[in-house]
Amino acid sequence: MAEVLRLSQLRKSYLSGEEETEILHGIDLSLQSGEFAALIGPSGSGKSTLLNLIGLLDRPSSGELQISGSATSHLPEAAITRLRGQHIGFVFQQHLLIPAFTALENVMMPLLVERGRPDPQMRQRAAELLAAVGLSDRADYLAGKLSGGQQQRVAIARALAMRPALVLADEPTGNLDTQTADSIFSLLRRINQEDGTTFLIVTHDPRLAARCDRIIELVDGRITADRENHPA
Amino acid sequence: MPALSSWLPFEWIAATRFLREGRAQTLLIIVAVGVGVAVIVFMSALLSGLQGNLVKRTLSSQAHVVLLPTEEIARPQQDDAGAVIQRQAQRLRSIDQWQALRARLESLPEISAVSPVASGPAFAVRNEANKAISLYGIVPEHYIQVIDLHEKIVAGELRVNAGEAVIGIELARELGAGLGDKLRVNASNGATDTLTIVGLFDLGNKIANGRNVYVGLRSAQNLLDLIGGVSNIDLALRDMYAAETLAQRLAGETGLVADSWIKTNSQFFTALNSQRMSSNLIRFFIALSVAFGIASVLVVSVVQRAKEIGILRAMGTRQGQILRIFLLQGGIVGLLGSLLGSALALLCLTLWRLLATNPDGTPLFPIELPPALVLITAAGASLVGVIAALLPARRAARLDPVVAIRG
Repeated sequence: MAEVLRLSQLRKSYLSGEEETEILHGIDLSLQSGEFAALIGPSGSGKSTLLNLIGLLDRPSSGELQISGSATSHLPEAAITRLRGQHIGFVFQQHLLIPAFTALENVMMPLLVERGRPDPQMRQRAAELLAAVGLSDRADYLAGKLSGGQQQRVAIARALAMRPALVLADEPTGNLDTQTADSIFSLLRRINQEDGTTFLIVTHDPRLAARCDRIIELVDGRITADRENHPA
Repeated sequence: MPALSSWLPFEWIAATRFLREGRAQTLLIIVAVGVGVAVIVFMSALLSGLQGNLVKRTLSSQAHVVLLPTEEIARPQQDDAGAVIQRQAQRLRSIDQWQALRARLESLPEISAVSPVASGPAFAVRNEANKAISLYGIVPEHYIQVIDLHEKIVAGELRVNAGEAVIGIELARELGAGLGDKLRVNASNGATDTLTIVGLFDLGNKIANGRNVYVGLRSAQNLLDLIGGVSNIDLALRDMYAAETLAQRLAGETGLVADSWIKTNSQFFTALNSQRMSSNLIRFFIALSVAFGIASVLVVSVVQRAKEIGILRAMGTRQGQILRIFLLQGGIVGLLGSLLGSALALLCLTLWRLLATNPDGTPLFPIELPPALVLITAAGASLVGVIAALLPARRAARLDPVVAIRG
């Protein structure tokens, strides 16, 4: 199995006034292709900071982060952007679609950004992904006109557009009612089982974590537990 | 929502979608740009119409540059203190080697036409009437390239064969003469000639209409005792506003006196210049306020779209792409605003034509909206839009995706 993500002694500190505060104290972590892992921990534990580092949205203070075997610590901003676009898909709590575009166009967006111009292939790919999340009939709706659950499905389809090595989901069901949350989670699970896409899901909901294959617990900037889990 | 056109790059698609989504905001700023552009275009058209008209009237009987022989100056034979040197009266003299000079002038790229003229004072006599006139001996095909006399002919034609003359309507009235009538011209040296009036002109200037008499070059040379010579060479330039510079250069090179229309009409020209300067100032400040308007709308838009920009960046959108999306929005607003502004200006011009008229219903002066002005304004407004967008676009491109998404 290929290694999708490797963190070695990853540290992150922020300067607040005169004082330097370390949020993450030397994180070592490895994710294999096809894993479906939960990252849990109390608020303030550094989950979001860690997720931003893994998502290449932020740079570590020290340590190395490898995505699909490429080291990233010495890459310039433009290369980081490219790597992020090609290898990482994001699903955020607040969906974050671009409301000026339709559902289909939102799903196409990562491909459009990458290739510069629309083409029939990316339209085809986006339509397939929308079908996979069960929203074919909403393809031409403007993103803002969809319900919360539908928006999150579109966001998931968008995260998959580039066939990323790793999908990072930050509280993907946080804003949804229990029933919708359940169906969204099942969708993520299904995608993982069908395509072997690797997921790292940040959640503080123990019920969701219990449905993942691996549970990583972060407390005060350190990994305090990392165990296999066998969902019922 | 129309499907994404396959030929538009991502930045264009995003820029137009963002503008369309911002409906009221976009519409308001386009109208604001339009009003600014309309004022600029209308003012430019009005001013160029007015100035063109004024310049045309001023130049109707003047060449851009006139070359004259050097003045004769009396010099004392010895440095005798106390001797009063009286300025000498100027005789009518020919320009030395004018044929050679003319050939050289014709070869200069700045000069579009060269017209040798033999001119001097004379008297027109008919019955009891005796009028002081300025006699102009011309070669019509050259002369009309410098002064469009042929367009000022109101009766007969511009023809100055031997024994023929073209006179102004005022002189004709004072002498009681018309087409076909004879006119005797006496020069100060006693030479005399009888000419037939074959054409009447109206230069739009009462003095010129009462004084100028055009005859063939040879007739004038004979009358003015300038056999084979010319008293001045009139020049038309490709750029009439370069007249003074060229006049000074020619004066230096030829040793002749070179008078430009700018110097001859220096007060008029100063007035034109200050008018142009103040209008440039107004234009500049309008452009500036338009730029600030566009910039402020885009700054607000960047703040409003921070999350979208963040998510676009997370998806792998490069900073350059974000920058271009916002620069394009500035450019598009400028372009659309300038089109609206040109339409508004056209409306104003039409109203102006209808309202600002002479008593007889003809327009006060010709005023037009040249396509070039519209094109230049459109290009200028788009450029101003892009420049105005620079700061907001840079801000957008530099947004930290982490902060943008969380915020």
